Amino acid sequence: MAAAEKPPVSGTGSVALDNALTWVDQRFPLISTWKAHLAEYYAPKNFNFWYFFGGLAMLVLGIQIVTGIFLTMNYKPDSNLAFASVEYIMREVPGGWIIRYMHSTGASAFFICVYLHMFRALLYGSHRKPRELIWIFGVLIYLVLMGEAFFGYLLPWGQMSYWGAQVIINLFSAIPFIGPDLSLWIRGDYVIADATLNRFFALHVIAMPLVLLGLVMAHLLALHEVGSNNPDGIEISKHKDAKGVPLDGIPFHPYYTVKDIFGVVVFLIVFAIIAFFAPEMGGYFLEANNFIPANPLQTPPHIAPVWYFTPYYSILRGVPPLFNSQFPGVVAMGVSVMILFTLPWLDRSPVKSIRYRGPYFKVALTAFVVVFLILGYLGTEPVTVWGQFGAWLGHADRATVVARICTVVYFLFFVLMPWYTSIDKNKPEPDRVTYK
Amino acid sequence: MKTLAKFVLMLLFAPALLVSPAVLLVSPAVLLASPAAMASEGGARLDTAPINQTDVISLQRGARTFANYCLNCHSASLMRWNRLEELGLNESQIMDNLIFTGAKVGDLMNVAMTRKDARKWFGAAPPDLSVIARARGADWLYSYLRGFYRDPARPTGWNNTVYENVGMPNPLWRLQGERVRVAQASKGEEGKEEGHGAAAAAVKYEMVTPGSLTPVQYDETVADLVNFLVYMGEPAATTRKQIGIFVLLYLLALLPLVYLLKREFWKDVH
Amino acid sequence: MSDDKKVNKGRRNLVIACGAAGGVAGVAAAVPFAASWLPSERAKAGGAPVVADISTLEPGQMMTVEWRSKPVWIIRRTKEMVADLARVDAKVSDPKSDVPMQPEYAKNEYRSIKPEVLVLVGVCTHLGCSPQEKPAEDKGEMGADWNGGFLCPCHGSKFDLAGRVYKGSPAPVNLEVPKYTYLSDTRILIGEDTKGA
Repeated sequence: MAAAEKPPVSGTGSVALDNALTWVDQRFPLISTWKAHLAEYYAPKNFNFWYFFGGLAMLVLGIQIVTGIFLTMNYKPDSNLAFASVEYIMREVPGGWIIRYMHSTGASAFFICVYLHMFRALLYGSHRKPRELIWIFGVLIYLVLMGEAFFGYLLPWGQMSYWGAQVIINLFSAIPFIGPDLSLWIRGDYVIADATLNRFFALHVIAMPLVLLGLVMAHLLALHEVGSNNPDGIEISKHKDAKGVPLDGIPFHPYYTVKDIFGVVVFLIVFAIIAFFAPEMGGYFLEANNFIPANPLQTPPHIAPVWYFTPYYSILRGVPPLFNSQFPGVVAMGVSVMILFTLPWLDRSPVKSIRYRGPYFKVALTAFVVVFLILGYLGTEPVTVWGQFGAWLGHADRATVVARICTVVYFLFFVLMPWYTSIDKNKPEPDRVTYK
Repeated sequence: MKTLAKFVLMLLFAPALLVSPAVLLVSPAVLLASPAAMASEGGARLDTAPINQTDVISLQRGARTFANYCLNCHSASLMRWNRLEELGLNESQIMDNLIFTGAKVGDLMNVAMTRKDARKWFGAAPPDLSVIARARGADWLYSYLRGFYRDPARPTGWNNTVYENVGMPNPLWRLQGERVRVAQASKGEEGKEEGHGAAAAAVKYEMVTPGSLTPVQYDETVADLVNFLVYMGEPAATTRKQIGIFVLLYLLALLPLVYLLKREFWKDVH
Repeated sequence: MSDDKKVNKGRRNLVIACGAAGGVAGVAAAVPFAASWLPSERAKAGGAPVVADISTLEPGQMMTVEWRSKPVWIIRRTKEMVADLARVDAKVSDPKSDVPMQPEYAKNEYRSIKPEVLVLVGVCTHLGCSPQEKPAEDKGEMGADWNGGFLCPCHGSKFDLAGRVYKGSPAPVNLEVPKYTYLSDTRILIGEDTKGA
């Protein structure tokens, strides 16, 4: 489109600003981008509580990047200096402790927002056609985020950092044939060492964030290509007015910018309560053992990953060794994450939103959430946490038995989904969205 | 077919729903307890440490005990001497009463012994204590420092109820005195289990040689010391909470404003 | 065109109020990040004043101490050295130390608190090299009427025994006299004077 065909920018309230923006718009898709993604991106008007978390996740990404950059200014990625450099930031850099606590709180907040954001998708069928690609980008973001968190956790070089990384990378050595060499290649040394720390630093600070930013952009572009879903699971694009604007749609700006600002303030209140009054969160956000410098010669009695990994850790632990190998457990853990990619094709229901689904899906989803939470809790504790059964069950650890049951239910949620979603007794979907 | 499907689904998903009440009952007790502090790994019961981070005089006394009894074997190499000015001490008070080496007031609380030498001489290097309170918890430290007793079977001649077979002798024995451990009271739950719930029976001691402090005075001294260790673990803690109040008040005041803004714009949406 | 002007005004006021409140919050949030660039405790400790013990410094002798990673010279001048300073007044660019390269108490003819002890930062005011000591006897290299002082090897700047720069030197101003104070007759605290750091 030639520059001469674009109308000049007007209405900002300042002639100078109008002219400046016109100059830019003639050389850059400023106004068309503004319109396509904000002022004329029509989103359903019935967004509810569950629709805050995507935007909040983006906010947390921004917080992590800014606080991360400033941490990098004083952190030393050297196995002899790393632990002390974190305490240097906490004690000696003016304002350093705020920056550190924002980063540690943000890491957990990121996963809370992402898990709730994903749950929204399950609730309202946001993973269904035509939004399968948005879901796939989303699962990729989730995977990259897990990698980013894993690399970042080694950096403080505490006992948990060291041994958590040691255990997880040793999982790769369970892969037949190539395992031990693969682990050696990942570590750059025979055990977690300075080489590992330095490369994880590079991955955490530069590689993963760049990939994350690219995937988030792709995620948003894919979303804006097909339009947002909504709590009723119906397509608002089916009913448009004479100008092509969906009848149940409202422009994202100003309506959802202003609503998201409110959501952000609520989020910041919770964030501030944690960061200023309970940054350790009972040892779940900042683990006590990580205040002991890494000691390759002394394994802590209980190694557990950070809370956001624990459901998968439970699944890994629950699978018993087969053929003298822990590899089946590794496979189970891997599949439990990768199976998320297949979700759009497993769900065969004619309706998208839980509001109109039948009882089978509701029971299945409830069961899924319950077992996910139980698996998550069990992953934070040693397997002996609930004692043992009697002789009748071979003195098995109660927690392990429960974890195995929950693992089976977890997989059944996905594996049986094509069946129970197609025989479910659904309710008829409305034609227009329900809005108070 | 429908009833069979229902039956199978219930069978498969119901266990989850049945297990959840049990989990909900057990877990809050555990989730609310700080993992660092509830029980020591050996199962010894931990006493609650009387921590008061705003009691500056207690912190000063704790700093004095720390410098006199701990800072020869243990370093606190992440803490700077002049940070203690926060506790109401001035430079010369710190120099004269707390620094026994040639260190300057702007130096870190290092000790001359290297970790390599310490490992050679003691078998294990005494850990740096800068963040010990964040690693072990105040209750553990308070119970540990009051849990020493004479044990001729140990190479140092000392053992500890909270940290069995610890390699450290009682650094405060002149203050506490020497005592031996007497027979256990009742046994604990059947079968020693790790984790929560297995509180050890109360330990009984008998004082053999009294120290320079009475038991009550000793407890107070240790309380001050642990108070100081908590402070040293995170010197910015009090400031953090103070700033947090302001941040929270501001955000809570901002909340109705942004809500009104949202409501104002959404008047147009029907 | 909306006819309820009242709503628009209310809306505009809310937007301005929220914008202002948000702006304040943004500035407040930026404070710890900007503050993190200020010198840390480690940097401040490294920049702390140092004590120099001059009890064994003989007349005519010079000692060097390190302060803020810079060499600080302490010279015990002889009475002749102090008296000879007036003789080079005409040859130096700033004989009366008008340019503030020294604290107020060193703005005198000998550029020091006590005439016999000179304290200078041994960094050439041209481009930062450390000049070399050139005693008065060194007439061969420095010339027949050399009274003693310093020569910077990098670009040839010359300074006298009060740190004053000779005319014709590339260096523009006299050598810096740091803040200092006498803790006793034999101990000088460099980097701080009684007026505060």
